[in-house]
Amino acid sequence: MEKSIEVHNLTVSYHSKPVLWDVDFELPKGKIIGIVGPNGSGKTTMLKTVMGLMKPDSGYTEIFGQPLDKVRERVSYVPQRESVDWDFPADVMDVVLMGRYRKNNLFKRITKEDRRIATEALEKVNLLEFADRQISQLSGGQQQRVFIARSLAQQADIYLMDEPFVGVDAATEDAILKLLRDMKNEGKTVVIVHHDLQTANEYFDWIVLLNTRLVAAGPKEQVFTKELLQEAYGGRLTVLSKLGDLISDTEFPLREPDFKEDQPQG
Amino acid sequence: MFDPVFIKVLFGTLLLASSSAVVGAFSFLKGESLVGDAIAHALLPGVVLAFILGDGRHPGYLIIGALIAGLIAHYGIAFIEQRTKLKSDTAVSLVLSTFFGFGILLMSYVQRTGQGQQAGLERFLLGKAAAITMMDLYVFTGLALLLLLGVALFYKGFQLMTFNEDFAAAIGLPTGGIRFAFTVLTVLAVTVGIQAVGVVLMAALLITPSAAARSWTSNLPRMLLLAALFASAAALGGTFISAAMPKMPTGPWIVLVLGFFGFSSLILAPEKGWLARRRRAASNRNKTQRENLLKLLYGAEERAGEPVAMTAGAMVDAREQHYEGLTKTLRNLKKEFLVVERADGFALTDLGRIEGRRVVRLHRLWELYLTERLGMAADHIHPQAETMEHVITPEIEALIVKELGNPEVDPHQSPIPYEED
Repeated sequence: MEKSIEVHNLTVSYHSKPVLWDVDFELPKGKIIGIVGPNGSGKTTMLKTVMGLMKPDSGYTEIFGQPLDKVRERVSYVPQRESVDWDFPADVMDVVLMGRYRKNNLFKRITKEDRRIATEALEKVNLLEFADRQISQLSGGQQQRVFIARSLAQQADIYLMDEPFVGVDAATEDAILKLLRDMKNEGKTVVIVHHDLQTANEYFDWIVLLNTRLVAAGPKEQVFTKELLQEAYGGRLTVLSKLGDLISDTEFPLREPDFKEDQPQG
Repeated sequence: MFDPVFIKVLFGTLLLASSSAVVGAFSFLKGESLVGDAIAHALLPGVVLAFILGDGRHPGYLIIGALIAGLIAHYGIAFIEQRTKLKSDTAVSLVLSTFFGFGILLMSYVQRTGQGQQAGLERFLLGKAAAITMMDLYVFTGLALLLLLGVALFYKGFQLMTFNEDFAAAIGLPTGGIRFAFTVLTVLAVTVGIQAVGVVLMAALLITPSAAARSWTSNLPRMLLLAALFASAAALGGTFISAAMPKMPTGPWIVLVLGFFGFSSLILAPEKGWLARRRRAASNRNKTQRENLLKLLYGAEERAGEPVAMTAGAMVDAREQHYEGLTKTLRNLKKEFLVVERADGFALTDLGRIEGRRVVRLHRLWELYLTERLGMAADHIHPQAETMEHVITPEIEALIVKELGNPEVDPHQSPIPYEED
């Protein structure tokens, strides 16, 4: 199996309470992959850690066999729609163009080529006619499609999306699904954080079941079984939960200071 | 009044005010208006210490003193937020009051030694544009130009960091560096701005121009330009007034003029302004009444099976409610050829019949939708439909018709009247 994302012994905490405990899995390339679990199971934390937005207490992640910084231009990220203030003074095109921002063009003007790519991305999500629309005037589904267009404009090989199906209408859901399948056919990898069990089986080829710890990861036929789902959705493990509270209360470090982590080579 | 010195002071003040406003715009958009205030207050000890330790009359020392104090305050706030359980506003207030208190203490000390008067340290509290020297003016005007240039250079970074910091980090932008650049620009903007308005009122110069500008435009470059214009106009007004009245500090006047711009923008702004919302409410009331009258006439025709006329009195009786401005609405309907006035009352024209039919159709479609899709009981749906018949657009109507499969009758078995084509 060609690997897209590798997660090794990952422990991450939020406000010094562990939300992911020693999670370890590998994901294939060219598939639509769902990270599935109940609310508060650490799905978003997982994605943010892979994107380098949260620092793990232990363990590490790699994309295409390399640390994130080496492959950043091949990785695209779609944050949760509610994580930004949509009253920000910008139109649809402004936001999609942000997908063209890079470290090395930060001080340069936006080029014609950038605009062409952004226009193409808008066309793919059926929002071209809204290019000049203020983002505050968009519906939830349209806002989500703007975020996806911005990520398409990055022209990446792997796309990490946080809950892209939340609060969107049926038409947008279909449009996003079709887009995801097109992307897969072009050989792209899509990783989606998703909380809805009903649709997970239909959307994804491969599923990671999380509930603070890894419950299972693999092709959906193997993972989507009654026993595993029950384990993931049957509440948190009491011991883990109690220990997490204790660590948070006593501010105890998760690794002893002189502990040496197995670090990736090169 | 129009001597060359005054012109120079005026020009300088314009630049000082607009550069502060442009930098402050990003704090405003990020919802961190208070941070600028905290940094402004925190600059005071830096400025006074620079005066004590260095040459108080040289602007270079003031800038360095301000920069150091401002950066300590900014990173102090960030440190407290990260390392303690205090909320952000508490951290900001803590740093603001401590630094400012220390600054005032230092200032009293300098004043007691008698040096303060000659250096005009007072002006840092409330601003006195007319008191600044030519050297100050050149330095701070240059700095203001530099600030505008800095914002232009970092525009993409500031824009993205303000809108969506996680995304900026995800694509590998140096977020720490951009934040540092922004902090330096903010501290410099405050250093420049306090020449005009002083430490105490600096927040107004950072935030109010943007708050006013945001009411008028949803385009970031245009908002920045407008904020700069508001700040300039206020600086102009404030400087004139304080120059005309020798004992007047500039700051309060500039801030008062800015406040005037801010509040009038809240009232006058298109769409979101208070006036526009009142106008919208009136137009909604008017639309409701017109459509209700047309619906009433259409309903009467439907029952009679032929065109009928109703007097204004009969209309009031039928609706069982008092109509404010009924005569005026009827007059307007007549003017638009939706009704005609006959000897026995008002009757629908062909155009009015189409409109009345549309309202009745929307009412019945919505009643059907409520029973079919929301499972509501037939005796609960009428009041809802009374409102929705005025709200539903042709696009939504088409969606409802499609979803319900071109229904023929509503839940009360009344026919749904479509337009024949």
